[in-house]
Amino acid sequence: MKKVLIGNDAIIKAALVSGVSFVSGYPGCPAAEIGDDFAKIVKGPDGYSNVYVEWATNEKTGLESAIGASFSGLKSLVSMKSFGINVCSDALLPLAYTGTKAPMVIVIADDPSCWSSAQTEQNSRGYAYLSHIPMLEPSDPQECYDFTKLAYEMSEKFNTPVILHTTTRVNHQKMPVVFEEIERGGQFKKGEFVKNHHQFSTMPPRVMEMKKELLEKVKKIQAYAEKAKINKITGNKKSKVGIIVSGVSYLHTMEALDMMDLDIPVLKLGFFYPLPKEKIAKFLSPLKKVLVVEELDGYLEREIAGLAGIEKIKVEIFGKDLLSEIGELDSEKIAVALAKITGKKFTAGKVSKMDLPKRTARLCEGCPYWYVFPVLKRVAPDAIFAGDIGCNMIAGLAPHNMQDTLFCMGASLGISHGIKKSTNQKVISIMGDGTFFHSGMSSLVNSVYNGSNPLLVILDNRITAMTGHQPNPGMGKTLMGDTTEELRIEEIAKACGVKNIKVLDPINMQELEGTVREFLSKDEPSLIVCKRICALLAKRQAKATK
Amino acid sequence: MINKNFNIVLSGVGGQGIITLLQVIDEAAFVEGYDVKSSELHGLSQRGGSVEAHIRFGKKVNSPMVSSGTADLVIALEALEGLRESGKAGKDTKIIINEYFLPFLNSLSKEEITQRLKDSKKNFQMVPASEECKNKLQNEVVCTLYMLGYAVANNLIPLKEGSVLQAIKNVIPDRYLELNEKAFLLPKNGK
Repeated sequence: MKKVLIGNDAIIKAALVSGVSFVSGYPGCPAAEIGDDFAKIVKGPDGYSNVYVEWATNEKTGLESAIGASFSGLKSLVSMKSFGINVCSDALLPLAYTGTKAPMVIVIADDPSCWSSAQTEQNSRGYAYLSHIPMLEPSDPQECYDFTKLAYEMSEKFNTPVILHTTTRVNHQKMPVVFEEIERGGQFKKGEFVKNHHQFSTMPPRVMEMKKELLEKVKKIQAYAEKAKINKITGNKKSKVGIIVSGVSYLHTMEALDMMDLDIPVLKLGFFYPLPKEKIAKFLSPLKKVLVVEELDGYLEREIAGLAGIEKIKVEIFGKDLLSEIGELDSEKIAVALAKITGKKFTAGKVSKMDLPKRTARLCEGCPYWYVFPVLKRVAPDAIFAGDIGCNMIAGLAPHNMQDTLFCMGASLGISHGIKKSTNQKVISIMGDGTFFHSGMSSLVNSVYNGSNPLLVILDNRITAMTGHQPNPGMGKTLMGDTTEELRIEEIAKACGVKNIKVLDPINMQELEGTVREFLSKDEPSLIVCKRICALLAKRQAKATK
Repeated sequence: MINKNFNIVLSGVGGQGIITLLQVIDEAAFVEGYDVKSSELHGLSQRGGSVEAHIRFGKKVNSPMVSSGTADLVIALEALEGLRESGKAGKDTKIIINEYFLPFLNSLSKEEITQRLKDSKKNFQMVPASEECKNKLQNEVVCTLYMLGYAVANNLIPLKEGSVLQAIKNVIPDRYLELNEKAFLLPKNGK
């Protein structure tokens, strides 16, 4: 079948055709639709699903669930955005040591240029070195499909998880994709966990043997990478200038070559780790100059420079000196770099400076947060506002301009505790419901346990909104639509030892104001849950019941 | 069949329906047998900020991104966003702008935007898409399809009406199908 597919859907199709039966992860842009859309299409015409799909409470629990599934013989898919790999890395590294039993593919989606990301412009490729887990980099939706299939084959062959590393321009790129559609439905087949602590437990001294086994495995995978078709060479091999490229930059590179009417050899690397070093050395040896085209950090460039040194290949290597480490690449940037190396002329399109007011993200019409931000500012103009990830980070933009810190999921309260311990200032931590379940809970325990008194304001809009409305543990519904226990934030806080708790509808601004005033004078941690449904969700629900 | 790839930039404000418009154009190009690639943004960028999406179709498309100055057509769903795009427009770029103003804090006035567009000397046309859809269909959201209908009816995009109608059928859910078809055909029928 051939249809226009977005990168994320191509990954889903490939996972289905590869026989995946356990799907987990945590929603983050640009990977969020992988879990969402999987859940939408997974049931067959018979109303059953032979694939289980869940959103975990965070990336670490998501990966751990898949590890359990893999050890029980089920093929799994885990998806998350860039920062997710930081959260799950504690489980990821030992997984390389134990290896998988049934195949597992982990999708890590970076966001160069930070289109949908606060925090950092993270380049998650570095985790391949840290973990010794093979990493593939597709450039378009067709490759998302083909590489995911290959990743499952590799995982099966080598008993290792395989990371599919994507970026926003790959996940959210559309093109006609050739794929196989498989019939859905039927009963979910359970696996069996066959005990094997020798393989599944990383206790010392066994762990040291495991490391040795892992490194031997990586050597075998490298030999496999040398022959893999996804590392391919195109273009005129007689030219003395060449290009080595990975990911979406390949598409921009081919475009740049077209624009400049250049025909030079291009080595496109589908493998980021382990690298096909012999293939690269062979590609380099006839060249005088090579441009390494990759987004953000120059990992490939450094590897290739090292390789050229060891192999004594006399080739001039260009990369991050001509292509910035900051922001995503495009055809023009690459053409400008090529012009410098080849001497061929290229004039970039003219852009006139417009000097227009910036239209930044803002709270939606009717968003419950509109009631909360002004009250907090009015009651405590001198307070420090620690922000968190989610729609509430719009507090940092005009007209609110009230976000004094912003780090990562759950960090608002952790940082608030530290400020409270270090100063006599008022501190208000602002967090969404999804973030509280993700990692805010452990910071709350820390504040109570170590005795500080920040005010935590949870903006409970009854859903994980920013990433596209995913269910979370506060809703009483799972991703597959089943009813489950509805966890109450106030009850969790009470069990954690929080003494001052108030649940209110923020539309009652006077009540909110009084509570903020009262709680700011307390000596122990306090919590206000501002409970009101996301305006978009309310609208959608009203439409659905019409 | 066109010989040179056709490059489109869609611009507007997050939430205006750019992704649906992109889907219909992608599908229409696919229906006509073209290679097509597009790039869109989700998440934070959709929350009421400026949004830009790119579509390219033709015999063979490499990059999904339109380089500055090389757009053949810009479809802007909001006036200030249209003005913003005009800075990147090349000499062959045609810009069609929905005559719709969505102001924000420190935004420009309607008059300033209109004046600056005139001063830009770019090849632009204002299209009353939102207004027409509101008056005749009681729904402003489908202004996206009206804009596409305008482009097709005025030969600003090398796609056939039939292909777009087929694409709408393939992409739009049944309950909104008729409304979208009407919005698409409105510029032609209203002439």
